[in-house]
Amino acid sequence: MSRAQIFASPDEAVSVVKNGDTVLVGGFGFAGMPFDLIDALIRHGAGDLTIVSNNAGNGDVGLAALLKAGRVRKILCSFPRQVDSYVFDDLYRRGEIELEVVPQGNLAERMRAAGAGIGAFYCPTGVGTPLAEGKETRTIDGRDYVLEYPIKGDVALISAHTADTMGNLVYRKTARNFGPVMATAATTTVVQVSSIVEAGRIDPEVVVTPSIYVDRVVQVEPRHYTVQGAR
Amino acid sequence: MPLDPDQLAARVAQDIEPGSFVNLGIGQPTKVADHLPAEIGVVLHTENGMLGMGPAAVGDEVDPELTNAGKVPVTELPGAAYFHHADSFAMMRGGHLDVCVLGAFQVSASGDLANWDTGAPGSIPAVGGAMDLAIGAKRVYVMMTLFARNGGPKLVPACTYPLTGVGCVSRVYTDHAVFEIAPDGVRVLEVFGTSVEELRTRLAVPLAVDVR
Repeated sequence: MSRAQIFASPDEAVSVVKNGDTVLVGGFGFAGMPFDLIDALIRHGAGDLTIVSNNAGNGDVGLAALLKAGRVRKILCSFPRQVDSYVFDDLYRRGEIELEVVPQGNLAERMRAAGAGIGAFYCPTGVGTPLAEGKETRTIDGRDYVLEYPIKGDVALISAHTADTMGNLVYRKTARNFGPVMATAATTTVVQVSSIVEAGRIDPEVVVTPSIYVDRVVQVEPRHYTVQGAR
Repeated sequence: MPLDPDQLAARVAQDIEPGSFVNLGIGQPTKVADHLPAEIGVVLHTENGMLGMGPAAVGDEVDPELTNAGKVPVTELPGAAYFHHADSFAMMRGGHLDVCVLGAFQVSASGDLANWDTGAPGSIPAVGGAMDLAIGAKRVYVMMTLFARNGGPKLVPACTYPLTGVGCVSRVYTDHAVFEIAPDGVRVLEVFGTSVEELRTRLAVPLAVDVR
C-alpha cells in the first residue's frame, strides 16, 4: 500500500484485520494504548489472534477487553502480571491463552529487526536464563549472545498524538513507547490520533514516524486512564 | 542497627557519582531517587522511553501519558528527552547507562542475579526490562534485604531461582551489609549492626573483608 488513507471511523480503519492475524498493539500499560482501535476490533469480530504487546492488559478496557471477548489465542509480552491484569491472569490460569514471555528490549528489537529487514540478530540479553533455553548461542569477542528472530505483524494498532494528511506522526511523552517500532514491523499499520493536520503543519524535523510506515489513520477523542495501584 | 529501607536507599545514593545516567528498578530502588540531591545532576532513565525523569506527579501534575516503568505518573525535568522503546533498550544494552539499581530474590557469589520469577506453582512469569538492564548497565547494583522472610539468606553460593542474568551484579546493598562482587569472590565493604564473623556464620558464601 502506498499513501496513508484517512478513515472516518475506527471500525473502517481496523476492517483489514483477519482471523488468525498477528496484531502488534502499542502501549505501555495504558499510556499509548489504542483504545478506540481495540474497541472497533472487538466489534469487527476477528478472532484466533496472536497479540504482541508489552503487557497483557490492564483493568477491563483496551487490550484487557479484547482478551475478555475471547479473541486472543496467544500473547507475546514482557510483563503480563500486574496489579490490574486480572482478565489475563484468569485466562492464563484456566489454560485458555498461550503466553510467550519476551524480555522487553528483545520485544522491541525483534520488531525493529522485522521492520528493518534484519534476518536475525545476536543479543546478550537473557544469556544463561530460562528465556534463552533451546536458542542458538554464539561467543563473539569473548561475550555470549543468543540468536533472536524478528517479530513481524500482519497489522499494527497504535496510538499517536498528531498525524498530518500524509500520515507523518508525532507522539506525546512516554505514550510514544512501542508505537514507532510497531509502525515499521507490520504489513498494515493503523493509527489512532487525537488530531489530524494538513501536510506541512508538522515540522519535518520533528516527525517521529515518517508516513511511509503508516497505512490507515483515524482521528478519535482522546481517552486516558491511569493504572490503579501502580507502584 | 540494620538499615531501614529509607536508610538503605540513602546508602545506595551515596555511591552514585554526580552526573551519572541511572535507571532505578521498580519497587524499593525507586526510593533511591529521594536521596539524590538535584545539584549532583544525576539523570534518571526510565525504560519506557525517557531521560530526565522527575519525581512522582501529584495533583494537577498527573498526566496519563507521562509514567515511569511501574506505570506511576511522573514529571519531567528541564533537559528531559523522550524516545521509543527500541532506542531506550539500545541505550541499556549498548552500555550507555552508568548504573542501574535492581531488587533481587537472590544474588550468587559470582554475581548471578535472580529477580524475575520464583518458579512457584501458579505464578505467572513476568520479566519486563530486568534481563536487559542486568546485562546492559556498566554497574549493576542490587538493593535487597539480606535475608528472606523465612530467614534464609538471599546472597547464596548459587541461585536456586530462575536467573535474570549471569555474573552481572557489581554490588549488593542490604540492610545488614554492603558487598562487592569481585572477580576473586565476595568482599564485605561495610556492616550495619552486625559483624563479618556473624555474617560468616549466617551466609554460606566465603567472605573477604574490605571494610573501610
